[in-house]
Amino acid sequence: MRPFEYHEPKSLAEASALLCALGAGASIFAGGTDLLVEIKEELRSVSHVLNIKKIEGLDALSFDKAEGLSFGALVTARRIETDAAVLRHYPNLATAVSLLGSIQVRNRATVVGNICRASPSADTIPPLIADAATLSIHGPTGERSVAVEDFFTGPGRTVLKAGEIVTGVHVPPPAATSGKAYIKHGRRKAMELATVGVAVSLDRGRSGCDEIRIALGAVAATPIRARKAEALLRGRAIDPALLAEAAEAAMNESTPISNVRASAAYRRDMVGVLTRRAVGIALEARP
Amino acid sequence: MKRLVSMTVNGEEIELAIPPYRTLLDVLRNEGRLTGTKKGCDVGDCGACTVIMDGSPVNSCLVLGIEAEGATIETIEGQHAGPDLPHLIQEKFMDHGGAQCGFCTPGIIMMTKALLKENPNPTESEVRFAIAGNICRCTGYAKIVDAVLAAAEDLRKGRTL
Repeated sequence: MRPFEYHEPKSLAEASALLCALGAGASIFAGGTDLLVEIKEELRSVSHVLNIKKIEGLDALSFDKAEGLSFGALVTARRIETDAAVLRHYPNLATAVSLLGSIQVRNRATVVGNICRASPSADTIPPLIADAATLSIHGPTGERSVAVEDFFTGPGRTVLKAGEIVTGVHVPPPAATSGKAYIKHGRRKAMELATVGVAVSLDRGRSGCDEIRIALGAVAATPIRARKAEALLRGRAIDPALLAEAAEAAMNESTPISNVRASAAYRRDMVGVLTRRAVGIALEARP
Repeated sequence: MKRLVSMTVNGEEIELAIPPYRTLLDVLRNEGRLTGTKKGCDVGDCGACTVIMDGSPVNSCLVLGIEAEGATIETIEGQHAGPDLPHLIQEKFMDHGGAQCGFCTPGIIMMTKALLKENPNPTESEVRFAIAGNICRCTGYAKIVDAVLAAAEDLRKGRTL
C-alpha cells in the first residue's frame, strides 16, 4: 500500500479544517472497505487519511415511531442489517444492506460511506431515496441537510464541497399502512454488485396507493427516481395493467450503460420486471 | 512515521511499532509472525484473511494495523481444544474433508467460529449466508457446509468453541 499521512481528528470542526487545509489528497476514513482498496489498487491518489472514528457521537442509532430512524456516519452496514427496528420498519434498507459484500465487509463498512462513495450501483442508496431520507452535513460554514435524492451529481461525485463531512442519515417514520421493498438483481446471490437495484416505498392509505416513491440503482449516472412511474400509480387502485404501464414508464426513465455486468438493453428490461415485482411486494407487505 | 500499537492476539498482549499504511493482515503475518492468516486477494473479496476483532469477523486486509490499538484479535493460531488438540471446528473440517488445498480454511474456520458464537443452531442456508465472503476455489462448498453443521451439532451436545 502506498504510504500516507494519518490523522485522528477529535472533532468535526478539526476534521473539516484538516480537509480544507490538506486539499484533494485528503480522504475521510470510516469503514475503509472502499478507500483501502482504492489506495491499494492505485485508483485514487491519497496522501492523507483522516480517521473519523475518534469523533464522539457519530456511532449513534435511534428509532422512534414519531421521529423515524437516525444513524451516524460510523454506523456499520451490519449494525443496520441486524437492528430490530430497521428489520421491522425499513425492510427495504435491511434487505439492501444484507446484500452488500460479505459479513466481514459489513462489520466494517458504513452506510454513510456507501452513500458518499456515490456508486450508481450502491445498494443502500435506492431504499434511502425511496424512503425520502436526508443527510446531515457538517462543513466549514455550519450544518446543512440534503435529501439523499439530491446528493449525487455523477458516478463517484456528490454535492459535497471542500471541508464538508456527512455526519448522519435521517429516514422519516413509516406510515401505518406503508409497504417497502428492495430487489437487487445480479449474476449470483452474494459478493455481487447490483446489475439493477429497485426500491419501492409506498403508503397504501385509502386508495391502495396514496403515496409511492420508486428508486432505481445501476441504470443511470446516479441512482434515480422513476417519477413518471410513480405518477401513474399515485392515488390509484393498482391492477396488473396499470402496473405494467408503470413498469414500462420506469424502463423509459432509466438510461443504463452496457458494461461487464450487463448490457444496457438487458438492464432496461430488468427495470421493468423488477419494478413490477418490487411494487407487488410493497403492496403485499404489512408493517 | 511508525506508531506504537498494543493489541491482544490470541490472548497474548503484543506491542509493535507499525506505520499507519500497513494492514492488520500484513502486521499479523510479518511483525506478528502469524502466517496462518492468509493473504488471498488483499481487497476484501476472498475472506482468506478473516480474523475476529473484538468479537466480530473482519477482513484483516481492510483494517489498518494501527486501528487494532487496544483490540482483541483472534487468529487461526489461537484455535485449539487443548495442547496439541485441534479445535472442534478443525476436527469437523478434517472429519468431513472440508479442506482441499487449505488456503481458504483458516479464514473459513474463523468465520465459522464467529457464526456459531452468534448462532449455535444455524440452518444450511444460514451457514451459506455466513460464509458467502469466504471463497474456496477447490470445493463446491458442500463438505465445508457439512463440517460447519457438524460442529454446530457437537456444540449443541455440550462441546465448546
